[in-house]
Amino acid sequence: MGIFDIMGPVMVGPSSSHTAGAVRIGYITRKLLGEKPVKAELLLHGSFAATGKGHGTDKALTAGLLGMKPDDERIPHSFELAANEGMSVKVGTVTLRNVHPNTVLLHVEGLKGRKLEVEASSVGGGQIKICQIDGIETNFSGECPTLVVHNIDKPGHVAEATSLLAKYHVNIATMQLYRNVRGGYAVMVIECDQPVPPEPLQQLSQMDGILKVTYLNMDTEVAEKR
Amino acid sequence: MFSSVSSMLNAAEKRRLPLWKVILEDDCQERGAGMEDSLRKMNSLWQAMKSAAKNYSPQTRSSSGLSGGDGAKMRSLCPKASVGGKFIDSIIAEALSMGESNACMKRIVAAPTAGSCGVLPAVMIPLAERDGIDDNTIVDSLFVAAGFGQVIACRASISGAEGGCQAEIGTASAMTAAALVSIKNGTPQMSANAFAMALMNLLGLVCDPVAGLVEIPCIKRNVVGAVNAVSCADMALSGIGSRIPPDEVIDAMRSVGDMMPCVLRETGQGGLAATPYGAAAAKKIKEAGT
Repeated sequence: MGIFDIMGPVMVGPSSSHTAGAVRIGYITRKLLGEKPVKAELLLHGSFAATGKGHGTDKALTAGLLGMKPDDERIPHSFELAANEGMSVKVGTVTLRNVHPNTVLLHVEGLKGRKLEVEASSVGGGQIKICQIDGIETNFSGECPTLVVHNIDKPGHVAEATSLLAKYHVNIATMQLYRNVRGGYAVMVIECDQPVPPEPLQQLSQMDGILKVTYLNMDTEVAEKR
Repeated sequence: MFSSVSSMLNAAEKRRLPLWKVILEDDCQERGAGMEDSLRKMNSLWQAMKSAAKNYSPQTRSSSGLSGGDGAKMRSLCPKASVGGKFIDSIIAEALSMGESNACMKRIVAAPTAGSCGVLPAVMIPLAERDGIDDNTIVDSLFVAAGFGQVIACRASISGAEGGCQAEIGTASAMTAAALVSIKNGTPQMSANAFAMALMNLLGLVCDPVAGLVEIPCIKRNVVGAVNAVSCADMALSGIGSRIPPDEVIDAMRSVGDMMPCVLRETGQGGLAATPYGAAAAKKIKEAGT
C-alpha cells in the first residue's frame, strides 16, 4: 500500500468497500458494456445484500453505471438521475456460491441492445475485482490500464494482441486467458504498465476473429471499439 | 516503502532530512513520480478535507435515520459553559461533523478509511485556524501522517474487518498525533513517541457498528481519536516518551486484532451492535429496506 492508499481517496461516504468500490464496479460495467445502459438489474449478495441500502450500495452501483466516479457528489441522487436519463434500475438480492461477502451480479442492457452480465466483488479500501463477464471467469481490478479482448478461441489471437502492444511500447503487467469451451468464446484480460494508445486498439478490433475490444483506464476517459 | 518506524527514523537521521521529506522521496521513488506531483496530490487532499468541513449540513440525516445534526449541536455549545473550552470543543464539533457527512453520503477524504475520516481534519482545521499555520506546513505534516499509517498497513492492518476499530480509529489517531508533533517542530523521535502512545491508548477497540452501518459508534469514535491525538502529541512534545517502541506497539495491535472474534470485526453482530437497542435498530432498518 502506498501513502496515497493511506491518505485518500476523496470519495462519497459512508464506506470505501460498500460505496466507493460499488461505484467503481458500476463504472467498469458501463465501460465493458461499451454503450449507454438503459436497463440494469443489480443483484446484491452477502454483506452487500444485508447492509447495502444503509451504505448506499444500490445508489453507488447506479451512479457508476451512469458514468460517475467515486468522488461524484451526485451519487446520493443517482436513482433520480437514472430516471431522467432513461435508465431503469431494479435492485434485488441473490445468493452466490464461493464468492467474497461484498459481491454483486449485474445484468445490463445498452441503448443499442447489447446485453452483458458481470459479477464483481468489492474487496476492501475501494479496490474491486471483476470475477465474471458473461459467465466466463475473470480476475482483474481495472486499477491499471486494462485491455479486455473477446475473441473466437483460435490459434494466433493472443500473439496478435501482444505483438501489437509490443510495437507500441506498452509493457504487459499481467495477462489472463479464459474461454467457455475449446474453440468457443474466449476472453483475454491484459493489464498494462502504460496507457494503450488508440492505434493498436483500432487495429486489434478490426482483426478477423476478434469480437470486441474494450479498453479500461480509470484515470482518463475511455475508448471503446467494436 | 518503510516496513518499520525505526527504519523510517533511521533514514531521516542518516540523510539529515525532516521526516516528511524522507517519506515524500520514498513515495516518489515507489511510484516513479516527481516531487511536485506528490506535493500537489497531497495538497489536493488537504483542500478536499477543508471543503468537506465547509459542506457539512446540519439538517441532513443519514438514510437509516440514525445520525446527523450532532456536529451542529456541539458547535452551538457556549465555550464558557463547556469543560474543554473553545479549541477542544471545535475539535469535537469538527470530528462529529465529518463523521456525519460521511454517514450522509457526502464527499470526504478517507484517512486512512472512510469510517475514520473525521480524526485528522478535526484537529488540523481548528489548529491551522487558531495558530495561522499555512497550507504548506499542513501538507508536509500529512506526509508524516501517511508515512506512519503506511507502516501500520504493512505490519498490521488498517481495516476494521481485519483488525477491529483499533485498526481504523487507532491508526487515524496515531497518524494524527505524529503529524501534530511535526507541525509543532518536534523531533522525529517525538513524532514516533506520540504515534506509539496514541495507538496503545486505543488498543483493543472493537468494530461493532449497529446494523453494520458506519454510524453508531463510528461517528463519536472519531472524537476519541482526535482528542487522543492532541493529548499524545502534547505529551510527546513535553518530552514524555513511550516505553514500548512504536513497532512493538503496532505488532501488539496486530496480534490483538488476530485474536478478536469475527463478531467484533465489522460484522455488526457483537458488542454495541448486539445490544437490545442495536438489534432492534438493525431489525427496523432491514424491514424498511425490503
